[in-house]
Amino acid sequence: MKHLIDPMDLSIEELDNILNLAQDIIDNKEKYSEVCKGKKLATLFFEPSTRTRLSFEAAMMELGGNVLGFSSASSSSSAKGESVGDTVKVVSCYADIIAMRHFKEGAPMLATMKSDVPIINAGDGGHNHPTQTLTDLLTIKREKGRLDHLVIGLCGDLMFGRTVHSLIKALSRYEGIEFVLISPDELKIPDYIRTEVIEKNNIPYREITSMEDVIGELDILYMTRVQRERFFNEADYIRLKDSYILDNSKLALAKSDLSILHPLPRVNEIAVEVDDDPRACYFRQALNGKFVRMALIMTLLGLEA
Amino acid sequence: MNIDSIQNGIVLDHIAAGKALQIYNDLQLDKLDCSVAIIKNVKSRKMGRKDILKIDQEIDINLDVLGYIDPDISVNIIKDGKLIEKKKIELPERLVGIKKCTNPRCITTTEQGIQHIFKLTDREKRIYRCIYCEADK
Repeated sequence: MKHLIDPMDLSIEELDNILNLAQDIIDNKEKYSEVCKGKKLATLFFEPSTRTRLSFEAAMMELGGNVLGFSSASSSSSAKGESVGDTVKVVSCYADIIAMRHFKEGAPMLATMKSDVPIINAGDGGHNHPTQTLTDLLTIKREKGRLDHLVIGLCGDLMFGRTVHSLIKALSRYEGIEFVLISPDELKIPDYIRTEVIEKNNIPYREITSMEDVIGELDILYMTRVQRERFFNEADYIRLKDSYILDNSKLALAKSDLSILHPLPRVNEIAVEVDDDPRACYFRQALNGKFVRMALIMTLLGLEA
Repeated sequence: MNIDSIQNGIVLDHIAAGKALQIYNDLQLDKLDCSVAIIKNVKSRKMGRKDILKIDQEIDINLDVLGYIDPDISVNIIKDGKLIEKKKIELPERLVGIKKCTNPRCITTTEQGIQHIFKLTDREKRIYRCIYCEADK
């Protein structure tokens, strides 16, 4: 049985198949409207989420399937002290596939050891968020027509930003990738991502603190939010939350074909004025998230149109 | 200083000087009721100084623990006063129930009954990572 816990769980071939399937779903929506008829997706969200959970649920509904689940730990049995393992074991009796978000890192990995149905990691603390990575890859592929030979700037909270970690891992397998890591010193990427992913694959990278200095070199600018929920210390959050704000004046320094991505939700790191710029891809990216999750659900359930 | 030879048991030789007590604790040798000799700072041609542990009983040694601490340790099995086997140890691919993950964000800190498991991710640098959160040990 196949799960998706880490973006590296998928080979490049499997990844390409999912992205191609997602594109076919976009082009031929009717063909897929009953593929999951009679199937149930359980969304176990121990940590609140809007777009990821709704995206999963919309994806399953558009495939003709049904959804069940909960949207916070307080409305689940974990509030009564039930373990993650027991919750998953029970839910796997009711559903054909599980999408799980948890504030503790590694919870979905634990779930794979207890579940009788495929588990999709829908985000585990500051660790991984592989379906956001699939969304990001589909967006880059649709915007740029390729996943290789790109200069990719990642900006903001690179330490706790799980989407960043997952995206770096996934892109590190493609040729001609260069990373520009833009963050305050306190929020640099974790050592293990730098040494065991970027350096191990001999990928050129720079760690810098000024967005303006490099924005003109980038093909992709991946913005992230400084996440309040990842800080143990409120004072550190307040000090760092406004480190980078992308507005039209900074965007004026960028290439005309730059693609701006953001996993959303945004707070104020991208000024609203940027939304009208054709280089802003983040709302198209959110739409892509639904299609790629449709492709993933079909793949893990072994279904074809 | 002389320590009597053992008749039936195990001699852990070529332990890096100062590591014998850690091995004694990690292998839980304090729970044995046989004689155990901890010999520290023995002169060694190869190592300069080394530690030795002599266990006067045939027991099952957890080679993963030893391999994790130091894969260069020699494990000598003694029977009837003679060396009958030298066990080769190496860095284990996985550490199961040997070390605990210290990442406060890891699921292992809250889930009851979960087994702490680490996998070897860099043999050269001897880096192990928690299979759940990927924090290193």
